[in-house]
Amino acid sequence: MTGRAGSRLLAGQHDPVDDPGRAAGHRRFSVPRLVAIALVVVAVALISDQAMGATGLLGDNTLVAQAGRSFGARFLNTVVDGLVVGLIIALTSVGLSLIFGVTGLVNFAHGELVTFGAVVAWFLNAGTWGFQVALPVATVLAVVAGSVFGAGLEKGIFGPLRRRKVPNISLIVTTIGLSLVVRHVILIWFGSGTQKYRDYATQVAKDYGPISITDVKLAIIIVSLLVLALVGLLLMKTKLGKAMRAVRDNRDLAEASGIDVRKVILATWMGGAALAALGGVFQGIGFAGVSWDLGFKLLLLMFAGVILGGLGTAFGAMVGGILIGVVTQVSSLWLSTEFKLVIAFAALIIVLLVRPQGILGKKERVG
Amino acid sequence: MDFDIVRSFVDAMRSAFGTSAVLFALAGVGLNVMFGYTGLLNFGHVGSLLVGGYGTAITVNLGGPLWLGILIGITAAVLLGLLYGLPTVRLREDYLAIVTIAAAEILRLLTRSSALEPLTQGVFGIQKFADNFYDLNPFPRGSYGVWRITWDANTLWAIVVGWLLVALCVWLVWMLTRAPWGRVLKAIREDEDAARSLGKNVFGYKLQSLAIGGAIGALAGVFFAVQSQSVNPDSFQPIFTFLAYAVVILGGPGRALGPVVGSILFWFLLSFTEAVLRQAVSAGFIPDWLLTAQEVAAVRWILVGLGLMLLITFRPQGLLGSREETLIDAR
Amino acid sequence: MPADVFADVQPVPGVAKPDPVLVVDGVNRHFGGLVAVDIDHLEVQRGTITGLIGPNGAGKTTLFNLLTGFDTPNGGTWSFSGNDLVGLPAYRVARLGMVRTFQLTKALMKLTVMDNMKLGATGQSGEKVFGALLPWRWREKEKEIEARAEVLLERFTLAHMRDELAGTLSGGQRKLLELARALMVEPTLIMLDEPMAGVNPALTESLLVHIKALRDEGMSVVFIEHDMDVIMDISDWILVMAEGKLIAEGGPADVAANPAVIDAYLGEHHGEAATPENEVVESEGEDGDG
Ligand SMILES: Nc1ncnc2c1ncn2[C@@H]1O[C@H](COP(=O)(O)OP(=O)(O)OP(=O)(O)O)[C@@H](O)[C@H]1O
Ligand SMILES: [Mg+2]
Repeated sequence: MTGRAGSRLLAGQHDPVDDPGRAAGHRRFSVPRLVAIALVVVAVALISDQAMGATGLLGDNTLVAQAGRSFGARFLNTVVDGLVVGLIIALTSVGLSLIFGVTGLVNFAHGELVTFGAVVAWFLNAGTWGFQVALPVATVLAVVAGSVFGAGLEKGIFGPLRRRKVPNISLIVTTIGLSLVVRHVILIWFGSGTQKYRDYATQVAKDYGPISITDVKLAIIIVSLLVLALVGLLLMKTKLGKAMRAVRDNRDLAEASGIDVRKVILATWMGGAALAALGGVFQGIGFAGVSWDLGFKLLLLMFAGVILGGLGTAFGAMVGGILIGVVTQVSSLWLSTEFKLVIAFAALIIVLLVRPQGILGKKERVG
Repeated sequence: MDFDIVRSFVDAMRSAFGTSAVLFALAGVGLNVMFGYTGLLNFGHVGSLLVGGYGTAITVNLGGPLWLGILIGITAAVLLGLLYGLPTVRLREDYLAIVTIAAAEILRLLTRSSALEPLTQGVFGIQKFADNFYDLNPFPRGSYGVWRITWDANTLWAIVVGWLLVALCVWLVWMLTRAPWGRVLKAIREDEDAARSLGKNVFGYKLQSLAIGGAIGALAGVFFAVQSQSVNPDSFQPIFTFLAYAVVILGGPGRALGPVVGSILFWFLLSFTEAVLRQAVSAGFIPDWLLTAQEVAAVRWILVGLGLMLLITFRPQGLLGSREETLIDAR
Repeated sequence: MPADVFADVQPVPGVAKPDPVLVVDGVNRHFGGLVAVDIDHLEVQRGTITGLIGPNGAGKTTLFNLLTGFDTPNGGTWSFSGNDLVGLPAYRVARLGMVRTFQLTKALMKLTVMDNMKLGATGQSGEKVFGALLPWRWREKEKEIEARAEVLLERFTLAHMRDELAGTLSGGQRKLLELARALMVEPTLIMLDEPMAGVNPALTESLLVHIKALRDEGMSVVFIEHDMDVIMDISDWILVMAEGKLIAEGGPADVAANPAVIDAYLGEHHGEAATPENEVVESEGEDGDG
C-alpha cells in the first residue's frame, strides 16, 4: 500500500499528459472548484484592501526599518528575507516529503523534529548540561541527535506499525498523538519561554549594495544552499539515493530487486530528521528564538511548501519551501503581516484544488 | 495542602458531566459523522465551532436576537462544510486532512486580524452576548448536584440544555446511521469505488456527511460561546480538533453514543490525573525537579497524546466498537 | 440460444451487431507513453454473453474502467442502450443498468454479507438523508430487498453466511458475493472482471450455469476471463484485445482458429508486451487490494 502512494505521485509529475482531462479537452470545468478559488481570492483581496489603509504597513518591523528606502531596495531585501525563511522551510520539509514518498506516511509530528533540533542545540550552547559548546558545534551535535531521534521513531513506532498493517488513517492519528507527546515533553523540559541562543544573540545588519543582511542570516543562506545541494547530489548520485527513489516508485519491485527496504526507510527517517533539526536551529537563530512550539508553528508552512512542490519528492519540497518563504515575505510589502500565514495556507489550498491531478499523480487505479 | 483523593474524584466527576464534557460530546458527535462513519479525515473541525460561535456572537453584537445568531452560526457552518467539501472530498484522506487544518487556521487568523476587528474585535474577542440565554434560566439561585458534585444555577442551566442538545444530536445521528443512509456511509468509509459501482453518489454522501457533521460542530461552537458568554480566536486552535479525535476514538468511531461515552470518560480521566498530580506536587510526593505545578497541564497533554497513539493502534474500535470488525484488518 | 443472432456477423474486429447494447467509438487511454487502450470501434450484442480475452496487460480492465466511468479516456465516445455515457460519473452509469465487478474483489469486509447485498439495491428511499428519518417508509422496502437478497444468496451458496462480516469470507466466496451484490442493482448489462479467478472448479461450474441463466433472463453479460475452456464453453461471442487494441472477434470457433489471437498469446510478434516496464505497473495494480 505504502509504496504505491509515492509512485502515483511521481508518475503524475513526470507526465502531465497523464491528466486525461487536459489532453482530451474532456475536462468538464468543475464549478465548485472555481467557486472555491474565487471565494478565497476575493477574501484575500478584500482583506488586503482594508489592511493597506489601516494597520498594514506599520505592522512589520522590517518594513518600518526600511521605511526610508526606495521600493526597489525594500523589495530586494524582502526577497532576501523570504529566501532565509524559505530555505529553512525547505530544509525542514525535505524529510517530511521524503518520508511520505518512501513510506506513504503524512507525519503531523514532523514539526516536533524541528523543535527537537533547536532545543538540543540551545541546551548545548547554553551550557545547561555542565559544558558549553559553540553554536556551530552545538548545531552539528543537534543534527546528529535529531537523526538518532528519527531513527528511534522509525524503529520504535512507525516500523512496527507498518508491519502490523495499521491503516493509513490510524497512522495519521498516531502522528497527531506523537506530536502532542513530544511537544509537551519539550515544554516541560525546555520551559514555556522563548530563549535566544547564547551565541549570535545580537546581530547588526551589514550593507552589500542595496541589500542589508546580518552575518548570521547570510551564513544561514549559504549553509542551507550547500546542504540542500548536497542532499540533492546524494539523492541523485549515491546508491542510497537511488534506492530511496526506487522504493518510492515501487516498493515491491524495489524489494524484489534486492534493495533492503527497511534500511532505506530507516535512512530516510534519519536523514529527514537530521535536516529538520538543522532547520530548527536556523529558525531559532534567524528568527523567533527557540520555543517549545517552534516546529509546530512551522508545520503548516512546511505542508504548504511540500504540497506546492509536490508531496513525495525532495526537490519539490526544496522548490516549494523556498517559494512559500519568498511569496509570504514579499506579500508583506502590500499586506499586513497578519496575513502572511493566511496567504501561505491559501496557496496550499489553491494548489491542491487547481491541480490535484498534477500533485496527486494520476488517478488511483481501480479494478 | 493535604492529599485528598476524594476531592480529586469530585473534581473529576464535575468535569466529566460539566460544560467541557458537553462541548466535546457535541463536537465529537459531529466529528463522528465525518470521521467515524464516513472515514473523512477532517482536521479542521474546530473551524465549524468557530463559525458557530462567532456567527452567534457577531449577530448579537450587531443587535440581532440570540436565536437568529444561533441560526446564522449553524447555517454558516453548513456552508463551510460544503465549501470545504465541494473541492476537497475528492482528495485522498491525507490531503483532506492538510487542507482542512489549513482552512480552519485561515479562519482563526482572519478572526484574529485587525482587518476584521470591527466585526470580531480581534484578539480580544466578543463577550457578554448571551444574557438572553441566562434570562431563561428556570433554576433559582443556589447550588445543585449530588453529594459534593455541585454546580451553580447558571452552570446547571447550561449543562442541562447542553446534554439535551447532545441527546438530540445523538438521536439524529442514530436515526440516520441505522437507516440505509448509514449503510452507504459505512460502505464509502471502507471502499468508495465499491459504493460507486453500485450506483451510490459518493461525492454527494460525503458532502452530506460534512454538512451534517459541520452543523453539529457549529452547535458545539454555539454552546461554547453562549455558555461562556465569550468567543476568542485562540479558543479555536487546531489542538481542539485533535482532542475531539481523542474523544471519538476513545468512545468508538462509528458508534452513535461513542463520542458521549468518550467525552465523559476523557474529561474524567483528564481531570482526575490533573487533580491527583497537582495535589501530589503540592504535597511534595513528586519532587520539584521532576515536575512543578505549572507543568502538570503539560503532563495532561502528554497523556492524551499517548492515549491517542495506544488506542488507535491497539483498540481502534474504542470502547463501544466491536472487536470483530478490527480483526478484519489483520486478515 | 441466441447464437443465430450472430449468423450474419462477420468475425472481423469492430464489426457491427444487429442489436448492440454497448457501442464504443475511438476510446483510448494513455499512461505516459503507454497506450493502454485504443479501440476504434466495438459493439456488444444485447442479450448475449460476450467474452473478453487478451494477454496480461492487454488493457481489458482499463477498458472496463473507462466504460463504467471509473477512469476518463483521453478521447472517444461510447453509449449504452442509446445513452451517451461520455463524462458520466460511475454511479450514474451503474444506475443506468450497466454494472461492473472488480478484478481485485471489493467486498465490503466490515459489513455483513447481507448488508453488502442490500447496498446493491436501488430505489431505497432510506438512502436519502431525509428519507432515512422516516423509518416507516424505508422498512417496507427493506424487507422486499432482503427477500430478493435471500434468493440470490441461496443461488450463490452464501445463504448460511448472511450475518457474517464479509471479511470472514474466503477469496472465492468474496468473488461470489461481489457478483451477487452486482445483481442486486438489477443491471441490464453486467461486466465481470475475472469472476472465476480463485473460485473452485465445482463452483465455477455452477457460476457458469448462473451466468447462462442471466443471459436467458435477457441480461447482457461481458466478462473477462483467462481460462480458455471456460471462455469457449460459455461465450456466444468473443472479443480479443492485445496491447490496447481489439485485434479479433468472433464466435468461439472463429477465435480459436484465428492466427492473430494465437500470436498475441504466444507473444511472437509482440515482445514488448512483457518488458519490465509493464511488469512494474502491473505489480503496482496487484497490491492495491491490501
Ligand atoms: N493507473 C495506471 N497507471 C499506469 N499504468 C496503468 C494503469 N492502469 C493500467 N496501466 C497499464 O495499462 C496496461 C493495461 O492494464 P490492464 O489492467 O487494463 O490489463 P488487463 O488486460 O486487465 O490485464 P490482466 O489480464 O493482467 O488483468 C498495463 O500495461 C498496465 O500496466
Ligand atoms: Mg485486468
